[in-house]
Amino acid sequence: MIACADAVTARSGSLRIGPVARFFSGENRYLPPILITLILLAGNLSFGLLDSFSRTALAIATSMAFEIALTLLIYRRFPHLASAYITGISVGILIRSPAFWPYALCSAIAITSKYVVRWRGRHLWNPSNFAISAMLLIAPEYVATLMIQWGNTVWPMLIIWVLGASIVYCVKRFHITATYVACFVILSFARTFFTGHSFLAEVAPITGPMYQLFIFFMITDPKTTVKARWAQCVVVALVAVVEMILRLAENVHAPFYALAIVGPVALVIESAVSKKQIRGTQA
Amino acid sequence: MSKARLFAGVLFVSLLAAPVVYKHVLAHRQSQERANQDATALTNYGFRFTECAKASGIRFQHTAPKLDPKLNHIMEQIASMGAAVSVVDFDRDGWADFYVTNSGEHARNALYRNMHDGTFRDVAEEVGLADVNSPETGVSMGAVWGDYDNDGYEDVLIYKWGKPELYHNDRGKHFTRVTDTAGLPPWVNANTAIWFDYDNDGKLDLFLAGYYPEDVNLWHLKTTKMMPESFEYAQNGGRKYLFHNLGNGCFEEVSEKLGIQSRRWALAAVAADFRDTGYPDLFIANDYGVSELYLNHEGKYFLEAGKATGVGYAPKSGMTASVGDILNQGRYGIFVTNISEEGVLVQGNNLWMPQQGASGDGIKFENVANAMGVELGGWSFGAQFGDLNNDGFLDLYQVNGNVSLDPDRSYWYDYSKVAGGNRAIISDAANWPPLKGRSLSGYQQKRVWINDGAGEFKEVAQLVGVTDRFDGRSVALADFSNTGALDAVVANQKGPLLLYKNRVDPRNKWIEFNLIGRSSNRSAIGADVRVFWNNQQQRQEVSGGSGFCAQNQRRLHFGLGRAAAVDKVEIRWPSGRVQTISSPGLNQVHNIEEPQ
Repeated sequence: MIACADAVTARSGSLRIGPVARFFSGENRYLPPILITLILLAGNLSFGLLDSFSRTALAIATSMAFEIALTLLIYRRFPHLASAYITGISVGILIRSPAFWPYALCSAIAITSKYVVRWRGRHLWNPSNFAISAMLLIAPEYVATLMIQWGNTVWPMLIIWVLGASIVYCVKRFHITATYVACFVILSFARTFFTGHSFLAEVAPITGPMYQLFIFFMITDPKTTVKARWAQCVVVALVAVVEMILRLAENVHAPFYALAIVGPVALVIESAVSKKQIRGTQA
Repeated sequence: MSKARLFAGVLFVSLLAAPVVYKHVLAHRQSQERANQDATALTNYGFRFTECAKASGIRFQHTAPKLDPKLNHIMEQIASMGAAVSVVDFDRDGWADFYVTNSGEHARNALYRNMHDGTFRDVAEEVGLADVNSPETGVSMGAVWGDYDNDGYEDVLIYKWGKPELYHNDRGKHFTRVTDTAGLPPWVNANTAIWFDYDNDGKLDLFLAGYYPEDVNLWHLKTTKMMPESFEYAQNGGRKYLFHNLGNGCFEEVSEKLGIQSRRWALAAVAADFRDTGYPDLFIANDYGVSELYLNHEGKYFLEAGKATGVGYAPKSGMTASVGDILNQGRYGIFVTNISEEGVLVQGNNLWMPQQGASGDGIKFENVANAMGVELGGWSFGAQFGDLNNDGFLDLYQVNGNVSLDPDRSYWYDYSKVAGGNRAIISDAANWPPLKGRSLSGYQQKRVWINDGAGEFKEVAQLVGVTDRFDGRSVALADFSNTGALDAVVANQKGPLLLYKNRVDPRNKWIEFNLIGRSSNRSAIGADVRVFWNNQQQRQEVSGGSGFCAQNQRRLHFGLGRAAAVDKVEIRWPSGRVQTISSPGLNQVHNIEEPQ
């Protein structure tokens, strides 16, 4: 999922910065994994948010094992595992099942999708978004998504909002999160006219932890978002619109499906436009 | 395309196809079994149920209350409990009777007397236990039986969303209301109560647990902010009460003094001696949160050890609590039902088994529901352990189904929308979207899991005749015909009471024990019985309430398979006395009094 680390290309090393500043800079590929691990540990020790450590560990181990195996098989090199680690941890948090195998299968599908479902050299779906959506379609008897609060106080939510916002700010993707949140709130208000429900009922989902992970770490994945800043905002606004349509159809997993629908379409369009521009330039 | 990418592609498709293929194979196998069900149920599983409530003279329909109009938009979801059943031999004729609660204002509860010929007659009106529901005093949620004054007749506590009522059994002829002298609180929104003698002083004590807070009158709401503050971390529910029996018809409330302080949303409680200390520990299954396990320290105080023992770690929606020695190891497991709805919320049931090597205060439990095949039970409510086929291993009967309205429209989307919201949103009923006639996990198939004794349960409900799809709440098991077969009586919310008569393979042997305490409480609640046969043992404890708003027969039933004899029976009475009986006869009920 987040793969913010992937986004952090080796930007110029000419600036002299200290080790602390370097640690918290967007160039540190380990920053997102460390922060998300801290969130996970704090949440689980405080509120027992995971079904179990072993299930999450299984998701992480499977994810990393598949990343290593497929990179060695296809590219003949050893991969950087930050991205796979985050995919595994995301699967471990976001899906819920009393069984172990869905955690392993979901991670395996997520990583494999990166190597198989590709368009002009890019993978089209955020891996964990694709895998979770797939699991909800093919094995709904055994799998659900995280839908409950972490604790019953506002503090865990605030901490995750602050930490999450800090991470996406570091990797220069805060505008994506902010656009989505603004759209969700506005469209929640719009939905009240269709459903007749209170605004609080419509806006309630975004106060849950599933959305916190979704808006900070899934929709911001640099590998599967378009490149232009303005286009990123447009795409994420479209995700919110499609989600609203799915919500009006009473789809429980609307955000996952909306991203799974809009994300690849945006990438294909971007790819086609950019190819046309290159041809135009060459002509 | 390179071979490596081709391999990755094949792997990818295989991963996606795996669950689909697995489900297809499973469905094919089940359909084959169903095709042969009539011919194979008795042969393959050793028993078959036949629903015979009407034929047995039982025509009971549960009605739900109409609460404050501020809850009208979600009334069916709020008023979704109250159908309960508890088994008792109230007239001491040696045949199990049962009491059923109703929850409509002015609706009548029923006490079905066993007529010894397979039929029952409602005598609640004539003995004074019918007319107990009203908006002024609240409506019934359940009842639990125990001989609190040791006169030999089982008395009854009716717990309500309202005033709990204690009735004294006047020699099986009539019941006298003794609530006021007993000193019970004026209002508790309770969904569970059990009798147990926590200090082994020979007098039954009473545990009573609130669901909604006790200052909430559901007919006259001061505010709509009375819902749980979180779907899995709520601690704004009702308080707990532990009433110590003073022996003069009065009870002293001692919960705080003894360390039981919780405001979780309790739905079920069960007491058993999990640590072999001779004192009953107390397990509470909570909705909207973790379970709690109160370890009893010689009747002097309780220590909550949910997290330490593993049962209070992952929060779910606990609905029932039942205890059973499912592997014939002389150790109790605890079954807790939760919610599972395809693709939306898959909490899974919990089957807590004590870990090998962990005992005493260091006891630890692990959840083996998935490994043993009992994790998926729908929106699960009551469940009970009992050897349904007398093969020597405890099976499991579980009912389910929450709100069955329009079968084609589901409330789950709106439910999940608010359930995941912040406490300010979820805790206010006004924020909950209207139900508008939609179902919420309705019309579900029940579960009957038979235990193979080797660590796995097999679900056979449809194959053995349990085919109803009512909104099941409470189930109790009892041998109503004194033939060694456990029948099931099921109370359904806004539905008919069902009686499943059990026909068991006669080649399987059984033995039953009806215990009568002397130094111990007369109901013998807490007496621990181990039956040894064929180099194995099974342990059961006389219970003062288990499951969801339910109570099985007080008599203990053991299936023995094809055993030729029982080696011995060891009874540890709550007083501490240990009694051993050698080679008791098979296929009979043994009435055993505690030695003086």
